[in-house]
Amino acid sequence: MAAPASRPVFEIEGLCVDYTTELGVLHAVRDVSLAVHEHESFGLVGESGSGKSTLAMGAIRYLAQNGRVTDGSVRLNGVELLDLPDRALRALWGAKIGVVYQSPLSALNPSIVIGKQLAEVARQHLGMDAAAARDRVHEMLTKVAMPDPEAVTKRYPHQLSGGMLQRCVIAMALMTDPSLLIMDEPTTALDVTTQAVVLDLVAELKREFDSAILYITHDLGVITKICDRVGVMYAGEFMEQAELKELFKRPLHPYTLDLLGCVPHFDPTPQKRSLVTIPGSIPRVDQLPPGCIFAPRCGFVEEACTQARPPLVAVQGAHLSACRRWQAVPPPAEYLRAATEAVREVQTECVAREVLVAADDTQVHFKAPKGTVRAVDGVDLEVCVGQTLGVVGESGSGKTTVARAIIGLTPRTSGDIRLRGDSLALSTAKRPRSTLREIQMVFQNPDASLNPTRSVGDAIMRPLALLGGLDRRQAKDKALELLASVSLPASYFDRLPHELSGGEKQRVAIARAFAAEPGIILCDEPISSLDVSVQGSLMNLLMKLQVEKQTSYLFISHDLSAVQHLSDVIAVVYLGHVMEVGDATTVLTPPFHPYTEALLSAVPLADPDVKQKPIRLSGSVPSAMNVPSGCRFHPRCPRCLGDVCREQEPPWRVGEGDHRIYCHIPLDELARLQAETLVLDAEESA
Amino acid sequence: MVEPNVKDELFDTAIMDEEAVKGFSDPAQQERPRTWRLYWRRLLKRPAALVGTVIFCFFLFLAVFGPWIAPYDYEKQSAELRLATPTLSHPFGADQFGRDILSRIIVGTRNIFLLGGFGTAIAVVIGTAIGLFSGYVGGSIDEVVMRLLDVLLSFPSLLLALVLLSTVGPSNINIVFVVAILYIPMVARVVRSMVLDLKNKEFVEAARVRGETRSYVLFREILPNSLPPLLVEASMRFSYSIFLVASLGFLGLGVQPPSPDWGLQINQARAFFAIAPWVLLFPACTIAVLVIATNLMSDGLRQVMLPGGGRN
Repeated sequence: MAAPASRPVFEIEGLCVDYTTELGVLHAVRDVSLAVHEHESFGLVGESGSGKSTLAMGAIRYLAQNGRVTDGSVRLNGVELLDLPDRALRALWGAKIGVVYQSPLSALNPSIVIGKQLAEVARQHLGMDAAAARDRVHEMLTKVAMPDPEAVTKRYPHQLSGGMLQRCVIAMALMTDPSLLIMDEPTTALDVTTQAVVLDLVAELKREFDSAILYITHDLGVITKICDRVGVMYAGEFMEQAELKELFKRPLHPYTLDLLGCVPHFDPTPQKRSLVTIPGSIPRVDQLPPGCIFAPRCGFVEEACTQARPPLVAVQGAHLSACRRWQAVPPPAEYLRAATEAVREVQTECVAREVLVAADDTQVHFKAPKGTVRAVDGVDLEVCVGQTLGVVGESGSGKTTVARAIIGLTPRTSGDIRLRGDSLALSTAKRPRSTLREIQMVFQNPDASLNPTRSVGDAIMRPLALLGGLDRRQAKDKALELLASVSLPASYFDRLPHELSGGEKQRVAIARAFAAEPGIILCDEPISSLDVSVQGSLMNLLMKLQVEKQTSYLFISHDLSAVQHLSDVIAVVYLGHVMEVGDATTVLTPPFHPYTEALLSAVPLADPDVKQKPIRLSGSVPSAMNVPSGCRFHPRCPRCLGDVCREQEPPWRVGEGDHRIYCHIPLDELARLQAETLVLDAEESA
Repeated sequence: MVEPNVKDELFDTAIMDEEAVKGFSDPAQQERPRTWRLYWRRLLKRPAALVGTVIFCFFLFLAVFGPWIAPYDYEKQSAELRLATPTLSHPFGADQFGRDILSRIIVGTRNIFLLGGFGTAIAVVIGTAIGLFSGYVGGSIDEVVMRLLDVLLSFPSLLLALVLLSTVGPSNINIVFVVAILYIPMVARVVRSMVLDLKNKEFVEAARVRGETRSYVLFREILPNSLPPLLVEASMRFSYSIFLVASLGFLGLGVQPPSPDWGLQINQARAFFAIAPWVLLFPACTIAVLVIATNLMSDGLRQVMLPGGGRN
């Protein structure tokens, strides 16, 4: 959508925001300008700490107590917000300015029913009486495509799923027909299939309502789904601003180029390539370099870049870039080829048929007061030596529980798990050291995976001493070697975890896992809580170490693009059961299991030219206490055949290689149905 | 009504921003604030806590060096000084036997600190052991232990202390044990809640995965991370133990005469309150000052070590 020539609804000019902290006064956002028109959405992208939330909240003067707007001008419908008295401003909040936050559960009061909370907005800001407010709530819930709005109004927040709640919050924000809608990572906490539904909704509401949308996200894929214009932020300043398509097709700032390269692309070639990495880390805002703030990490840096800070200027029409060498920035495809390298070939065959870890019909059931939770319900998996098995599924699919059953943290209730052919004891306490050594784990939350009171060196030396039998001197030498192999300097040896960033902590956790010289490492969402650039460098690290040490991985993630990037074999799980398993390439090309198909069409690809067929799943993942009969996916399946799916367990359909699909629909029929529906071809997007 | 929630969220983002800014700093140029130095810096920014700490340290000093600092012999009686009003030479006046009140207070400090301190220390050691074990083992054992502690907690503490002391007879050792018995359940509960929080953390699971023994997990992985709340709890317990020891003294079950004891002093001064209020007021005020100071200090410790209400 081209920007209309009309006056912008929301304008920020030269905004500066300071925080007073223990470190002194920090200039978190410096001299930032943007404009958003009616029916337009402006995407603010950046990694954490880039100041995107501070910018948005500073603009509407909704800062924490230690925050202060020091300079600039913010106009909403021509009214200067920064000069407005507090009273008038408060009247604007909620009425003319709506905000949608990341966590819908904490944005709603848990002790008040939805209907009452929404009605209060209408009564407060629109001066409606109870009956009118009720009608308005009904109308709004209908507009956000809420199934059965009447019933929803009587529910408490905890009785609704995340996607439904986020729709309620959006309805609440749009209740007063605001001029400005700020959405701060509204879909980050949601599953991909739910995210896709909410994104569709936002895109539709954008057309229907007159609001200008300021959309904050770290996800380049999400941006492509709803934004018209995008600003890339870095350490409190804009690096680049452009129309969406232009930014993705021809970025004119090296930072944007690098960001695009950090994200794995769907690429069904038999070669595993590295991702682009950005050396170093975002500078602290009180320690900015003198010249261009990105210069120390930039691949196109020259002497002159470090002398003076380049301003954000229009370089091509409405395309703004803060790079003085913007003409030297190559097209993304060319840059990607040059900046990445092939690391290894995909390994789909088992070397000498050596299966390292195998799970046979594994079940993990939990007793709950009201029945049994079937977290893992009959899973068969095989990981070969040196291979990566990617397990992908939404939250509640039981993918983490599978890993915990393999390593023995959660005992399996039935089935068998074998390591090199030998059956494993149920829990860690009963396994011999030699077995414990073979299986290691990298956990999801980097902040909790290291003991806060133990130094990095201690953390790595402990498994060396305990499982490797090394003495102190040997262990220290080996630990320093491991630190180097995860690209951390030796000076980190004595550091405590709180002195490390999230990515660095995860590197230490990876070093600790490798210290035991395991046969397999279970990676439980190791990168999902990190920034995209850090994710990219960690994926590179995992791949590099795998080649060096011939380790197998079980890589668990909800992020299909990360899984396909790292894995040789992919297993798609849903509600405790494998739905489809096979080589990465066969899983990503038709025929798909209908669930895989829905996942693929829901993944927001960082490429505005790719048109994904909108296959949306209704409802949410059912409770594992109440697994649907027949095929467990049938209540949400867009290709459900009817009674046969509802009543009978589907058969395993075996395709070429070891490709297996758990579905009633025969493979050739699936292939025919899906041939025209998905455009995921890398060539077409290029 | 959107606003309160929004404000909360926003506060979080602001904190996150601040931490993100810190987290992304370049390690090479970053000064490395060690945990304790960070605590100290935060303490300096809280005047109330700082004042409490200073006063507490002053009393600690008196407890150690009291007998050498006291201007007079605390036992020396003098007929002409009976119930003397405060003067420059006897700033707090004298009691019914003509003994210098200031000296008696100064010398009595040590008793309070010893009885309360040892009692609290024993309670912390035993309570920590119980809390660690009960929390980590969990299940029905945990249930039984916690209910037993609840029974102890359900008695009013002074009443329980009186019953115990009147059974075994008042002596310094017995007072120490009574204080310990009263405070074990409270310490145990704090430690147990920390264990419940920590035992499913990933770093503890990582320890189990590499086959660490139970005692290693408890004492090397969990206990060090429970120290800040434990220290806060211990300082709180100590301030209450001062109260308790003084109350017992007042009721005649504490330190026996002629040892100087604040509670005892107050009790004996009651008869003369109408004609010589200072005999009662000064020891009472001293107790109040020390208890308030210790409370301020432990409150400060809480804010310094557990900012955000115990988020670890």
